[in-house]
This record gives sequence, structure tokens and C-alpha cells, in this order.
Amino acid sequence: MYTQALDSAGAAEPQGDVEEAARLERFQARIDRDEKIEPKDWMPEDYRQALIRQIAQHAHSEVVGMLPEGNWITRAPSLRRKVVLIAKVQDEGGHGMYLYSAAETLGVSRAALIEQLLAGRAKYSSIFNYPTLTWADIGAIGWLVDGAAIMNQIPLCRCSYGPYARAMVRICKEESFHQRQGYELMLTLVRGSAAQRTMAQEALNRWWWPSLMMFGPSDAHSVHTAQSLRWKIKRFSNDELRQKFIDVTVPQAQYLGLTVPDPQLCWDEPAQHFRAGPIDWSEFQAVLAGDGPCNRERLAARREAHEAGRWVREAAAAYAEKHRTARPRPAAEEGGT
Amino acid sequence: MTEDWLLYEVFIRSRSGLEHKHVGSVHAADARMAIEHARDTYTRRLEGVSIWVVRSSEIVASDPEEAEALFEPARDKIYRHPTFYAIPEEVKNL
Amino acid sequence: MSAAIAPERPHATAEERFEYTLRLADTSLVAGQRLAEWLGHGPALEEDLALGNIALDLIGQARLLLALAGRIEGRGRDEDALAFWRDAGQFRNVSLAEQPNGDFGQTIVRQCLLDAWQLETYASLAGSLEAELADIAKKAVKECRYHWRYSSGWLVRLGDGTEESHRRVGAAVQDLWRFTDELLTPDALDARMTECGIAPPAAAIRERWERRVAGVLAEAKLPQPARSHYPWHGKRGVHTEALGHLLATLQHLPRTYPGVSW
Repeated sequence: MYTQALDSAGAAEPQGDVEEAARLERFQARIDRDEKIEPKDWMPEDYRQALIRQIAQHAHSEVVGMLPEGNWITRAPSLRRKVVLIAKVQDEGGHGMYLYSAAETLGVSRAALIEQLLAGRAKYSSIFNYPTLTWADIGAIGWLVDGAAIMNQIPLCRCSYGPYARAMVRICKEESFHQRQGYELMLTLVRGSAAQRTMAQEALNRWWWPSLMMFGPSDAHSVHTAQSLRWKIKRFSNDELRQKFIDVTVPQAQYLGLTVPDPQLCWDEPAQHFRAGPIDWSEFQAVLAGDGPCNRERLAARREAHEAGRWVREAAAAYAEKHRTARPRPAAEEGGT
Repeated sequence: MTEDWLLYEVFIRSRSGLEHKHVGSVHAADARMAIEHARDTYTRRLEGVSIWVVRSSEIVASDPEEAEALFEPARDKIYRHPTFYAIPEEVKNL
Repeated sequence: MSAAIAPERPHATAEERFEYTLRLADTSLVAGQRLAEWLGHGPALEEDLALGNIALDLIGQARLLLALAGRIEGRGRDEDALAFWRDAGQFRNVSLAEQPNGDFGQTIVRQCLLDAWQLETYASLAGSLEAELADIAKKAVKECRYHWRYSSGWLVRLGDGTEESHRRVGAAVQDLWRFTDELLTPDALDARMTECGIAPPAAAIRERWERRVAGVLAEAKLPQPARSHYPWHGKRGVHTEALGHLLATLQHLPRTYPGVSW
């Protein structure tokens, strides 16, 4: 959005502690009144950095997330499934773009963010470091991973930062078909042959726990939760969202006739919640630290695309430079409003 | 040699009769490409019938620090609004 | 093709119409499958989206055309039966469509040469006496117009970009040109379809294609290769090695688990 303009204007630096404190107070008051913060508004540096970190991580997840599903585009078992999967993977690329675009309003360039990703210095959702081994994994991702993502994202439509909230509105609107197509795919498999049902169960076994981990560490161990909630760049805690996900997803698994791979899972009648067994956080930490099944492959694929595309990006920039003065060829032209 | 493309703001007219509305941004090397990227990014679901793209650096924005000076003076001009004028109920068509 | 309803026109057999429809269908399917390979690997996120959109258009065309071919054939084969259960020798796409993606420049050249042909072909087919084919063509021509806009725009940027891009894309034109004669030279079936008022006259398509492509090559500052007469016959089922591999991937799942739905 207005990156360059923002850079030149430059957010005024705080002068003196008293003034700074007053500014912070006014800022927090705006957030408490549910006012949206917009790109050129004054904001605390910590707020800006926290947002950049969160939005970038989200954007990277969308882009890396294209890979595990992209893995099955050429092998989709019907032409209908093929177009659905292409459209879905394409949406994820689009969501990455909306989010990078939102991050850029905070004064960081997309190139810099991508640089961080490729250098291995940026985080993205650890779920995409798991492999898609069978066609059923495409169903499981749509149903579980997109289901978990939607649960995370819907509250973010009300986040305090305007461009991020608007990007999330657009993303959530588009995501709703992703989860449904995944569930429909699973439904077709469980109604099919024995081999297809096995495929579906094994996919649920593989994706259940990583999906629960998508909500992040439990509240007791989450570093950023309290401040993020106060700033309304996060609206619910990790554990609250995880519980909500379990509550809606377990009955969906039951409808499919599949078994959730958690022997301790039970219904807590007084609390009206499903209670899941303990999560193996050591696995989560390992995947996060780069030792998941596909961390290396995912980053390598992104790096390769970036390197192999360099001459193309350079050529387009060089062509534009040569023809800078010329009017664009047939492109849309219009005057007035 | 640069490989960095320019940032363009994207405005979409969602259907004829409505104004163009800002929807986000795209990167592109030139204007023609910016239109194509805007089309592929922001109109995959029939969201538009017309696209404008503008180089982001060309946008001049008001400074939020000046918001009070720019906009507050309009606040007390309540006589600009029809509800400012009391008219008896019985009088119609006003 | 406005000379509709000429009573003396010969009628094409169902077998001929089936074969001809498959040529169009398979060309779109195979080109769409190729473009879809790019998703997640393009030179910029925006190009991933663009190539994905074009792939969706092409596979969409293929679905309509395969379904039509199945109806013409009348043996109950639907789009998936035709896409997943024919071997390379039964595919009728032009050989250009199946050529591997290579680098982005090679993909752009392949698409550009193909887009120009599809655009002109569908524009003319909109007046076909095969009514259902004409309807599909009317929809497809709009898509192809955009595909051409995209690929020709990129060909010009790459041809007139940097030294490296000029060299790469120039090599791709030299490399792929040999497949263009198949697009433009009618065989017996094409001629018969023209005679029956189903397909457009090949000479007119050739002329418009050549003008279009020559124009964009000039703007891209790329030399036009000499006409090549190597007899590629993808549309008669004689393909390059590339198609077998493409189909092995495309068809793997339904063939491993036959008789189920997905």
C-alpha cells in the first residue's frame, strides 16, 4: 500500500518519556475503543514489529503452504478435483500476496521479508513441513489444516490493524470453500473402497496432531499472547482456539466413521467439551527448529523458484526501464472517476 | 541489476454504477503487468468489471498528525445537515 | 464460415467429429497440465497466480470438449474416462502442447505460439456448424484472448529485456518453432472438417497466426526462424517422448485404483 509515502513521511519519533507515555496511553485508548489503526497513524515500535512478525509469518505460511498441496496437482484423480486443487493452491498464493501487501504498509518491503524466509530466519506454520503422501492428505489438509486456519483467522478479521483486518476478511471469505472441498473429498473416500477408507484413516492419523499444534504452544508457554491480546492483534488465546477446533472437528470425524488417533480423547459432559490427550510438544519444537520431515525440501523449493526466476524479474525490470517514457500498450486506460 | 518490481495500488469497480474502491497492492515491472496482476489477484471471483492501478509512490496522503486541523472544523457545521432545521410534522414533502 | 446451411455440404461422420473434437480437447488438457506444474515454483508469486488462472481456463475448456467428444462418440465415456483411460497413442493434442516447461522463457514461448493458434481457431470455430462446439468456442475465445495478452506481453519483455533473457527466449523460439507447422498445416481430417463447415479453413488460420506471431517477435526483437517441415503428428497420435511421462503422472491414481470414484 503506501510504503514509499510512509517512508518519506516517517512516523514522528517520541520525544521525552512523558510525551511518550501519553502517546502510548492515547494509542491504547484507541484500541480499547475498537478504533482501527491505519498505516500512517502513530504506533509504538513494538506494535509495528509484532505486527510485521505476525503478518509475515502468516504470509510465508500461505506461500510455503502451496507446496504440499501443489505436490498433487499433476496427479489429481479427476479433472474436477484437479481444477479445485489448482484454484485452492492459487488462492493460497493470493492470500500470501494480500498479507505481504498488508505487511508492506508497515514500512517493510516484500523483498526483505522473502529474503528472511529464504535465509531460514523467518517462521512459517510448521504444519507445512509435513509430507503429502497420498491423495487423502489433500482432503485432510482442506478439512483439518484449513479448518484450524479458519478458526485462527476469523477473529483476526476484527484485529486492530486496518490493512491486516481487511486482508483477513478477504481471506476468510475465500477460505470457506477450502475446508468444504477437503471434507467432501474425505467423504468420497470413506464412501468408496476399503483401500480408499484406509487411505482416509491414515491421513487423519498423520494430520490430527500437527493440526492441533497449529494453534501454537499452550498459553502457559506462549511468549507473545498477553501483549498481543491487549493490542488486539490476536483476539483469543491459543488454548481457547484449540479447544474450539477439537469440539467442532471430533463430531465431523465421527460422521466420516474415522477414528481420531487419540486414545485419551473423551467427552466431558459437565463442561460440554471434548478433552484431548496431551500434545507431544517435543515434536512441535523439533519441526519448528528445522528438523521436521520436509523443512529442507520446502525451503529448497522456495529458494530454487526464487533463484530460477531472478533473470525473469530482472528482464521485466530492464524492459520497463527502457520503455519508461512510453505509454503502456493496450492496457486499460480510463480517466476521471 | 535490479529485480525489484514497483508497488502499485489496486482499485476495483465491482460493478458498473459503483466507484472504484481500493483493494490492496501488487508488484509489477510495468503498468500493463500491474493490470494483469491485479486481475489475477483481486478478481478471481468476479469481483470486478474495471481495474485502476496507480504507482504507490504517486499517492499523496494526508498526514494523520494533521487530522484534527483538517477534519475537526467540519464537526460544528451542523447547519449543513437537514436535521438541523425543525419543521412541523404536518408539513409534507420537505 | 457464414455460409451456413449450404445443403450441398457433406456431413462428417461421428467418428470424424469425435477425432476432431479430441484434437482441441487434448491440446487444452495437456497444455493446462503443463502450466499447472508451475504452481508454487514461478518467478514471482503473481506469475504463479497468472499461470494457475490460464491452467484453469485450459482444463475448463478440456472438460467441456471431452464431454462433447464423449457425447459424439456415444459409448458412454465421460471427461474422466477420456482423460485418464487413453494411452499416448490415443491422445490427439498437437505436439507443441506437450513440450516440457523448461525455464519460464520456454514456457512463455510455447504458450505464445499455442495461444495465437487457439485464439484464431476458437474465434473461427464460434461460427462452426457443430453447434455445441461453436458454443464452447465462444466461451474459449475470450479466455484465449487474455492468454495471448499475457504470453505475448511476456515474450516482448523477455526478448527486449536483458542480454540473458534475450538469449534464453531466443533459444526457446528456435527450439520450439519446429512444432508450429503442425498447427498450421491441415491433414485429411482437418480438410474434411473444413469441407463440412465444422472447422475453419486452415489457410486463413495460418495467415492470421503468422501475422500475429511475426508482429510479436518483431516487437520482442527476436528473429523469426525459417519454416520447418518436420512432420510432427501429435494430432494423429504420433507424439514426442514427453507425452508418455506427462500421462504417467496425470493418470497414475485412477489406474492404480480402478473402478472407484474420487
